[in-house]
Amino acid sequence: MSTLLKIRGLKIEGRSDETWNPIINGVDLDLAKGEVLGLIGESGAGKSTMGLAAMGYTRDGCRISEGSVEFDGIDLVNASADVKRDLLGKRIAYVAQSAAASFNPAHKIIDQHTEAPTQHNVMSKGESADDAMDLYERLRLPNPQEIGFRYPHQVSGGQLQRAMTAMAMSCRPDLIIFDEPTTALDVTTQIEVLAAIRKIVEDFDTAAIYITHDLAVVAQMADRIKVLLRGDEVETAETREMLANPQEDYTKSLWAVRSFQRPQKPAINTSATPVVSVRNVTAAYGKIDVLHDVSFDIHAGRTVAVVGESGSGKSTAARCITGLLPPRIGHIEFDGQTLPLSYKQRNKDQLRQAQMIYQMADTALNPRVSIGETIGRPVQFYMGLTGKDKRKRVNDLLEQIELEPTEYFNRLPSELSGGQKQRIGIARALAAEPKFIICDEVTSALDQLVAEGILRLLAKLQDELNLSYMFITHDLATVKSIADEVVVMKDGKVVEQGSKDQMFQPPHHPYTDLLLSSVPEMDPDWLTNLLDQRGVDNIGDAAVKKM
Amino acid sequence: MSPIVSVLVALIAIAVVAWLFRFLGQASTSNAPFFRDMPYASAFGYILGGAALMGGLWLYLQDGAVFFRWAVQGFAAFAVAGWLFRIFGRVVGTQGSRKLFRSMPLTASFGILTILVYAFAAVFAGVIAPYGQDEIIQGVAANIVPGGDPAIGGNPDFPLGTDQLGRDLLSRLIYGAQNTVGIAFATTCLAFFIGCTFGFLSAVLQGWFDQIFSRAVDVLMAIPSLIFALLLMTIASVWAPQLGIPLTAFMVVIIAVIDSTRVYRLARAVGYNIVVMDYIEAAKLRGEGLGYLIFKEILPNATAPLLAEFGLRFCFVFLTIASLSFLGVGIQPPLADWGTMVRDLAQFVNFAAFAPQVAAAPLLAAGAIALLTVAVNFVVDWMLHRSSGLKS
Repeated sequence: MSTLLKIRGLKIEGRSDETWNPIINGVDLDLAKGEVLGLIGESGAGKSTMGLAAMGYTRDGCRISEGSVEFDGIDLVNASADVKRDLLGKRIAYVAQSAAASFNPAHKIIDQHTEAPTQHNVMSKGESADDAMDLYERLRLPNPQEIGFRYPHQVSGGQLQRAMTAMAMSCRPDLIIFDEPTTALDVTTQIEVLAAIRKIVEDFDTAAIYITHDLAVVAQMADRIKVLLRGDEVETAETREMLANPQEDYTKSLWAVRSFQRPQKPAINTSATPVVSVRNVTAAYGKIDVLHDVSFDIHAGRTVAVVGESGSGKSTAARCITGLLPPRIGHIEFDGQTLPLSYKQRNKDQLRQAQMIYQMADTALNPRVSIGETIGRPVQFYMGLTGKDKRKRVNDLLEQIELEPTEYFNRLPSELSGGQKQRIGIARALAAEPKFIICDEVTSALDQLVAEGILRLLAKLQDELNLSYMFITHDLATVKSIADEVVVMKDGKVVEQGSKDQMFQPPHHPYTDLLLSSVPEMDPDWLTNLLDQRGVDNIGDAAVKKM
Repeated sequence: MSPIVSVLVALIAIAVVAWLFRFLGQASTSNAPFFRDMPYASAFGYILGGAALMGGLWLYLQDGAVFFRWAVQGFAAFAVAGWLFRIFGRVVGTQGSRKLFRSMPLTASFGILTILVYAFAAVFAGVIAPYGQDEIIQGVAANIVPGGDPAIGGNPDFPLGTDQLGRDLLSRLIYGAQNTVGIAFATTCLAFFIGCTFGFLSAVLQGWFDQIFSRAVDVLMAIPSLIFALLLMTIASVWAPQLGIPLTAFMVVIIAVIDSTRVYRLARAVGYNIVVMDYIEAAKLRGEGLGYLIFKEILPNATAPLLAEFGLRFCFVFLTIASLSFLGVGIQPPLADWGTMVRDLAQFVNFAAFAPQVAAAPLLAAGAIALLTVAVNFVVDWMLHRSSGLKS
């Protein structure tokens, strides 16, 4: 096979604090025609930087300091702007993570699609528009003749991602760079996009670099996998070999992440009063109901995972419990007592008993308040501790979340990593000494290794303090590892609920079944088998619509 | 050759030289990123800048370009002063302040120095000014030319000359700092107090409170501010003697209220962005009161844009006061004020063509205004840059 892309000893530097700091420290990469290479690594590993460098491009404030990038014999590092302009879009294309942010909202999709082919004189505008409809059909977009004439905001996220893939295909490039194209999508949407991307890459024998942090996804897509860690290559191997027999410790640790699982707890004593009980709650934003007659119980020392896709109403249920969104019908009971509907009418003790941990630790911590004060405030506010007592309690809490008190007490949130910020969020919730904590997608913004650390910490704290968790997530792997009971939601209704063992054993409700079957597995044949088994029309959103 | 043709020729020459410059740079440094990644536009910019520098040098050496020469000399003097001040700041002071000066651009250190000098002049005006601000010095001619050169009507005893009544301009400039800057500072503080209070309350309470105040502010903002201020000042000038309150107090309140509408808009917009953050939700769910939310959660996160606005607003307020004084309704004589000084001496600008030094008299006060405005903006830019974390 002939080599299409050849990168040798690539070093990239980024400018910060008046000096150039290395981002990529000498990585080699080879890509043959028609081959798909998976680039994986945690955030900060330099995956995206590598992907862009394959186009001879670096972000603002970055530069290629050493090494060569050769695309089909053309030196991209020293190429003039004219040479690059001729290549990019025509022979090398790029698909970004967020299609919604990458399309220009002011133009119709098809007008953006035809721009590159007409600019590069590959096709006329009319030919390109016809070709777009053909591509939309291949990518299984609904109404291929018509969808291109919509504006980006009139199309769903998964469809937009496929439209963007079609756009990248418009000039029939030799190489496409996919930068986390499915990370922001729900599982049922993701599977459709994955199937579409794989089909079209095979159809046109296009080479691709597929960047992701999700191993199961890359296993479906790539012929070969390259693992990056902080700008260095860890190892490269054929997909099957890499999955079956990883060589390096770091790769093994990535593979092992999904192993954390708590044993199923004994059945609940049904006569006991649940800590939190959601009773027939219907809630609305304005005049539109978003929750319909939702009921579930959360018992002491238990974790209830609320699962569903975006828009299913799982976060709204949490807002009803906290009182931010007073339910229209129904009520919330806490330890058998009915809570006032709005948080404004609840007393200090009722507020203290139910705490919340947020998805985005960045916005959940006040960036101008030190860690000590962030955790210290609820201690002072609820317990009335000041001075030395407060300091001691904060130190204890920091130890509980496994951070060294003297080192972290005076830091600001910006001086912490993502996982550490999330731990501070946990400590702030613990500081109120609650019985019940709502965890809203607490691990979904974190790398897998870090997320597992958070899950282990939450499990440990539950055992020590007999806490109850309501664990909101869309990730079924997380559910498997931490939940005792599971509530599946769809369109504001509870579809199915029961203990974890029940939920992961058939028979399922059809929607639960679809959710479970849409989670990619580490088996490279998984997607192929699933498509064979179910057929292209019975996966993902298409299947959801049929329900 | 007509001027258009010569400009065209010059541009083409620059374009060619720029291309050569980049080409030769690339050839001689092979793969080094500086020339390799240089766009043509940047190369053109370098050469154009070089050409402009040469042109400036040529103009500097011309006999007639007096004001240009003064400007260049002033610029150089200020740059050196800023540079020396930065070195001073790097050596003297606490560890924190020294660190601050180490990463400070020259513009910011010059700005800080200028503000310090103005503040010093304003506070110690009575001590450093050689004469009183309204002192008509006996036996001294009016309209002495600045510069102290007796050959063209100057007097070494009055380095900046005297005004049309024979008052010392240097003293009046120094007192002007006290009056104009002091009043502007007080006014800006008042405007911020009013604007931020209502802006943050609107952001937190939302609903009808927000609606009432926002619409009221819209109405106030719809009226051209200078004309509105003029109108109110005219009314106030009738009331002031009746009530026995100095007109200056009216002016402070009127300008503060008019400018607080802009501050309100900003504080409300910034507040709205902050109240949707999860940490505000966490504080609300904790049961925190309004005061804690505003002072502990919102205000610390709003300081950067508010400080930047403070700098700009200060300049605007300051210019408004100078404008009102120029129009005759602001700070009243005999108090020294830069706006009034410009108005009183304005006719001397007509002498600029043949007697530059005579024309300098009204420009002194105007220059004092301009310098402070520039200095404040330099400092504000720098603070914004630091707080936003922008790298380029």
